[in-house]
Amino acid sequence: MSPPDAKPNETGYIHHLHADQFDDLVPQALANVELRGALAKATNTIRNRRAIALEEIDDLQELRSRAKSIKTEALAHLDDHLETFERQATANGIHVHWAADAESASAIVLDIAIKNKTRLAVKAKSMVSEEIGLNDALIDAGIVPVETDLGEWIVQLAEEPPSHILAPAIHKRRREIRDLLARVLGRPMPDDAAGLTEVARHELRARFAQAELGISGANFLVAETGSFLLIENEGNIRLTTSLPRVHVAVAGIEKIVPRLKDLGPLVRIITRSATGQAISCYQTLVTKPKTSPEDDGPEEIHLVLLDNGRSKLLEDDLTAETLRCIRCSACLNVCPVYRQIGGHAYGSVYPGPIGAIFTPQIAGMHAASQLPGASSLCGACREVCPVDIDIPGVLLHLRHRAAEGDQSTGNHPEADPRTTEKTQSMRRGFRFWRWAMGSSRRFQVFGAVGRLLATVIRQVPSLTKYAGPLAGWTDGRTVPRSPGRSFRSGKMARRLRPEGQGRA
Amino acid sequence: MRIALFVTCLMDQFRPEAAEATVSVLEHCGCEVVFDPRQTCCGQPAFNAGLHQEAIPVCRGAVRVLDDQITRGGCDAIVTPSGSCAAMFRHAIGLLDGEDAAAAKRVAEATHELSEFLVRRLQRIDVGASWPGRVAWHDACHGLRELGIKSEPRRLLEAVDGLDLVESSTCDRCCGFGGTFSVNLPGVSTGMADDKIDELETLGIDAIVSGDASCLMQLEGRLEARGSRIRGVHLAEILAAREPLTRANS
Ligand code: SF4
Repeated sequence: MSPPDAKPNETGYIHHLHADQFDDLVPQALANVELRGALAKATNTIRNRRAIALEEIDDLQELRSRAKSIKTEALAHLDDHLETFERQATANGIHVHWAADAESASAIVLDIAIKNKTRLAVKAKSMVSEEIGLNDALIDAGIVPVETDLGEWIVQLAEEPPSHILAPAIHKRRREIRDLLARVLGRPMPDDAAGLTEVARHELRARFAQAELGISGANFLVAETGSFLLIENEGNIRLTTSLPRVHVAVAGIEKIVPRLKDLGPLVRIITRSATGQAISCYQTLVTKPKTSPEDDGPEEIHLVLLDNGRSKLLEDDLTAETLRCIRCSACLNVCPVYRQIGGHAYGSVYPGPIGAIFTPQIAGMHAASQLPGASSLCGACREVCPVDIDIPGVLLHLRHRAAEGDQSTGNHPEADPRTTEKTQSMRRGFRFWRWAMGSSRRFQVFGAVGRLLATVIRQVPSLTKYAGPLAGWTDGRTVPRSPGRSFRSGKMARRLRPEGQGRA
Repeated sequence: MRIALFVTCLMDQFRPEAAEATVSVLEHCGCEVVFDPRQTCCGQPAFNAGLHQEAIPVCRGAVRVLDDQITRGGCDAIVTPSGSCAAMFRHAIGLLDGEDAAAAKRVAEATHELSEFLVRRLQRIDVGASWPGRVAWHDACHGLRELGIKSEPRRLLEAVDGLDLVESSTCDRCCGFGGTFSVNLPGVSTGMADDKIDELETLGIDAIVSGDASCLMQLEGRLEARGSRIRGVHLAEILAAREPLTRANS
């Protein structure tokens, strides 16, 4: 498995990325009525829970700014904190590995797996493992990875990528899950959620005891103590990280926080933002392997620190904001675009607003140039983001890079001819617009032409196919009724003309 | 108070009544309004598409005209019946260079969206309007999230004679316009409008009111295509209305 076109230290690699097919994936998603129903229902529920959970906090703004400043401080001295982390973790007996890119991260995990004669690996849900394509790498080496998070297990059985960074199977309805399990397990399944969960628990329990290796991500790495925190509700992470003899965690370098006490505010805000819980059912703080036979827990713990294009984002204050993300998924749940199309349409394991900014910055603009356009810039994401990432600001920045090119960030528009054609046609349209808006007289003339065209199109809507980039408008909408005159040509506007201003 | 009016390009060409209503409301509140016809567009459509080369000259044009009005034309403030254009002038500070950036800063600081200007600056709630009918308010994204406008339009609407304001639970969800987004991803854009309209249809309202002509164009375009009886009205149109309260009185 080698990342195509990846230049080390320039752009990273995201497994199964097909964000360049965004234009085809969106209509498919829109046509899926079931999907839209499932998404509307699920995102409504989570966003309401989040809102209620945050209402309870009387120092919410203070908590958010605390969370933001912890992450900002951590990123400002990332190298130092990572070094401290490595020193402390090593002293605790954790093996720390550095992976510059996805390929080397997978290789490190694979190497550990092989050394420990792994046939079966249990996995806790981890977006980073999706990013680096770890499951495929394990399967290629003859090792069976079993996802133990309920949603992640369901998408694994369905042979699909997750469609949400926290609720991987959010796009699936209960009926679909029942049929899937019945097919895979070869027996009839109960109808209710509790019954299905029971089946999953039973199926997965046995695996924890058999597995030679447990694989997880990490929510936060604590530099001060060399430990890392995992947050969950199902208990599967606790089992993954304690039953197998060996535990490997893979984490992006941006997960670092300086001090143990930083976890307080971050945990308080992440669970509320993510699921609307005051606290999750389990928090597992991993500090060292077991030191005596009477102890529980793994004998060997490894932590892989993954860069994969992340450190490049630190070069600019705005793009660095992206790395503050604590993957709470609140931005996905409030995003009106995500709500319409779901996660798979983004063609990236990181979908939604955070995916639209993270994916092109990691994998290169050429691989995901459409994603920054997948937003109306409504700002709902920024409003809920617990670490105050200016997502619309980063989207605007990336649109600028996509439109005007930026070789230093791996933006090679020619790699995607369709995008180029679209960008070119938009640019032609805006060149004309710039000229038309360049003088008051031209604005008047083209305004009048626009009103006339609108009148004609109202009569014969099929004519919009000649309207160039504007053709999409009549896809489900009428054009406005034209008023016959502009404001500036009216009597009132003339009365309001400042002294010294002649005719327009 | 002398006000420089910035009429958004879309409103100028497609909704002149709303621009005229804005002037009437401001004059009713004792302001002197000037409209410099050298203005065209704030540059936002190109800026949001990432096309800075195209956005800059247009944005610069608007900034220079408005700056001229506040520095030399004796205007105390700039008012625009659009939260979106008001927010664009803030982006202009980073988009333009040198003296133009300084001018953009002056313009951004002097610019107020209409409802914000009436309530915060003039402290006017009742502007003498009467408009019989039941309406819901749509919070336009830029007004709400970039300028923090939430209570102002509601207070103004509540003070209108004969008007019955109902809250929509999707009031702060995007209408789906988003400039080029609306034509690049039309299915997503109209789906977003439907998300709101589905709820609006249950409220028994006559009109959806907004402070941005672009949101109205989106919502009206979709409402009409769906055959709805709900229409779109700009806030200024209601505030300037002096309609007899036949229905409310009967
Ligand atoms: S960008 Fe913000 S809201 Fe979205 S997942 Fe990251 S932390 Fe959460």
